[in-house]
Amino acid sequence: MSKVFLALQAIEESRAIIEAIIKDNPDVEVENQTAMTKVSAEGKLVINAPTVSDLIGREWDPQELQLVLITLAGNVDEDYDHFTIYWDN
Amino acid sequence: MAIITVGEYPLNMMDSVDKFHGNQLVYVGWDNHRLINSAMTFPLPPEMPFGALVSEVMPSCYKDHPDFEKVNFEDGSVLWSLNGESFTPDFSKSLIENGVDHKSLIRFDTPNLKGLNGVGM
Amino acid sequence: MTMNTQKRKKRLNMKDKYKHMTRLGWDTTYQDMDDVFPKDKFEGIVIHDWEGWEDPFRMTMDSYWKYQGEKDKKLYAIIDAFAQNNGQKNITDARYVSALKLFLTGVSPLEYQAHRGFADIARNFRGDGPRVACQMQAIDELRHVQTQVHTLSHYNKYFNGFSEFAHWHDRVWYLSVPKSFFDDARTAGPFEFMIAIGFSFEYVLTNLLFVPFMSGAAFNGDMATVTFGFSAQSDEARHMTLGLQAIKFLLEQDPANVPIVQGWIDKWTWRGYKVLGLVSMMMDYMLPESPQSWKEAWELYFEENTIALFKDLERYGITVPDCAATVSAEKDHLSHQIWMTFYTHAAAAPFHTWLPDEKKMDWLSEKYPDTFDKYYRPVYEHWGKLEKEGKRYYSEMLPQLCQTCQIPMLYTEVEAGKPTQIAHRQTKFNSERFHFCSDHCKDIFENEPEKYVQSWLPVHQIFQGNCGGSTLPEVLKWYKVEFGQDNLDYVGSPDQKMWKEWKGEE
Repeated sequence: MSKVFLALQAIEESRAIIEAIIKDNPDVEVENQTAMTKVSAEGKLVINAPTVSDLIGREWDPQELQLVLITLAGNVDEDYDHFTIYWDN
Repeated sequence: MAIITVGEYPLNMMDSVDKFHGNQLVYVGWDNHRLINSAMTFPLPPEMPFGALVSEVMPSCYKDHPDFEKVNFEDGSVLWSLNGESFTPDFSKSLIENGVDHKSLIRFDTPNLKGLNGVGM
Repeated sequence: MTMNTQKRKKRLNMKDKYKHMTRLGWDTTYQDMDDVFPKDKFEGIVIHDWEGWEDPFRMTMDSYWKYQGEKDKKLYAIIDAFAQNNGQKNITDARYVSALKLFLTGVSPLEYQAHRGFADIARNFRGDGPRVACQMQAIDELRHVQTQVHTLSHYNKYFNGFSEFAHWHDRVWYLSVPKSFFDDARTAGPFEFMIAIGFSFEYVLTNLLFVPFMSGAAFNGDMATVTFGFSAQSDEARHMTLGLQAIKFLLEQDPANVPIVQGWIDKWTWRGYKVLGLVSMMMDYMLPESPQSWKEAWELYFEENTIALFKDLERYGITVPDCAATVSAEKDHLSHQIWMTFYTHAAAAPFHTWLPDEKKMDWLSEKYPDTFDKYYRPVYEHWGKLEKEGKRYYSEMLPQLCQTCQIPMLYTEVEAGKPTQIAHRQTKFNSERFHFCSDHCKDIFENEPEKYVQSWLPVHQIFQGNCGGSTLPEVLKWYKVEFGQDNLDYVGSPDQKMWKEWKGEE
């Protein structure tokens, strides 16, 4: 299985997203680098909008991810309640 | 025509010899002396004697390498190639008479001189 | 406390909303569709159903304006703060600024070309889904060039080597490398452009361009560049996804597309890698504080990440680009060979170069244990002796250039185990000789010779008399490069003098 990853800017708006990822993806690896946070996982990584919304106290739209996303590796699947990256191999 | 196009595609030879005001381009490179970053380009008259290339043109470039003053062009220790084929230039004849035509590549090799640090730099 | 997200207003799911807002096209009846879209069949790519096109980000115009507007607000607030607080004085060292000069002259004009290119293919694909996505990308790329120029205009107030970036891009010798890369893509058909830029550049290679520059900026105190870098990168995630989607779409439409796409992947991964040579030198030599070596970046972003991508594409019959072995072999040598060339020809380039100091050389030894001390430290020590004697080495020779990539032929036979032997390849076309740095560049030429015989090679153009004259001062004048200001070594430059004054040195 290949690894997927997301790199987010290490700023305020990313904190809840990263917390949500850790909550919902048990085997995720988090790497703090200069100015960015990298999260990687085997094969698939899911951001659940309700998890993020609960953490920040308002409705969070997965499209807001675009404000903090630096780069990613994997295929993207998105809807109002989730943002998922995955490999098909 | 190898290229796939929409409609006509003119053939435009940007570097044909007629564009160089009577000169032709000649590239000269020294094998295994990488301190000199690449072969260099020279616009030269086709009738220039090969010997003049060696005694006047090449030093302007290769003086930058400490090995160059040790090169002996007279005693056969220098191996030459022209466009990938080994050749023995006649210093008294012109470039063109030696087969050095437009955009030809001349390489010379000095197997006994090992470059900086003895590794071919 | 729990947000009751079940109280969300009922709305169309994202997939359906996207379809309704982007599928606004129709088949024309008063003109033939092939006349309305005259360029999307000639490349041999077969599309049976344009409806198969998906945008995983489901971007529609309303969300596009909303999020892009927010990004711009944040970005300009930081750029303004940087300028107000004299952020240019807080970088690690003024040598670093040459990396920004390289960026503005070599990369920003490519963002503009990408803008034009995506606008062009947005017009030429007959499917409305890709047309919308390409229009958005075209606007993104224009935003990128604008924000880059805006940000770097602050540095232009203090440092040389920025002011004529557009003029230099069109004329200066080494800039024909990135320029011709994009000219090649822009003069290809729309599908090739999409695979060249949307996939090979924006997906396969993008991390090797942006992460080095942005990490380099972060490590060297350049808040402004970090900011525009991250702002652009947030668009890049959509671009990457577009590229990946495009390639899967083409491969799923018809098996006839597979060999055509493979050929483009092979060609454009190689061409992109060649341009990235400039980045390798930037990472290894131009950053006073270096986050990562070129070799490390290649191993992470290509050998690890991209291999995962190609595993995904295996099911369509696509294989890893055929140049992967060459690039891997060269990773221990690339940056050093390129820096040597720029050090040598520093009189003709509008950014500074310099000798690496002991600390940098020790870092390079550590990162390149098999090659640096053996091949390259001796070179810098040799040039260091000349510098001490007041004879800093400048060559006035003009290098042999590769017909395809247009880079000086400084590459060596690393794969053949001869890393100090310049690689020479040659072919004939229409009775004229052409030279190449590699089998890959030679193959690209031989596949479309009529295209590459048109290369505007700076060295040849100088010798044709098309660049202002035959002497260095005449050519620099034609380049609009100011001698003693924009060019030569960092040591002794006006940039250095000003930096020392700021720091109260000397």
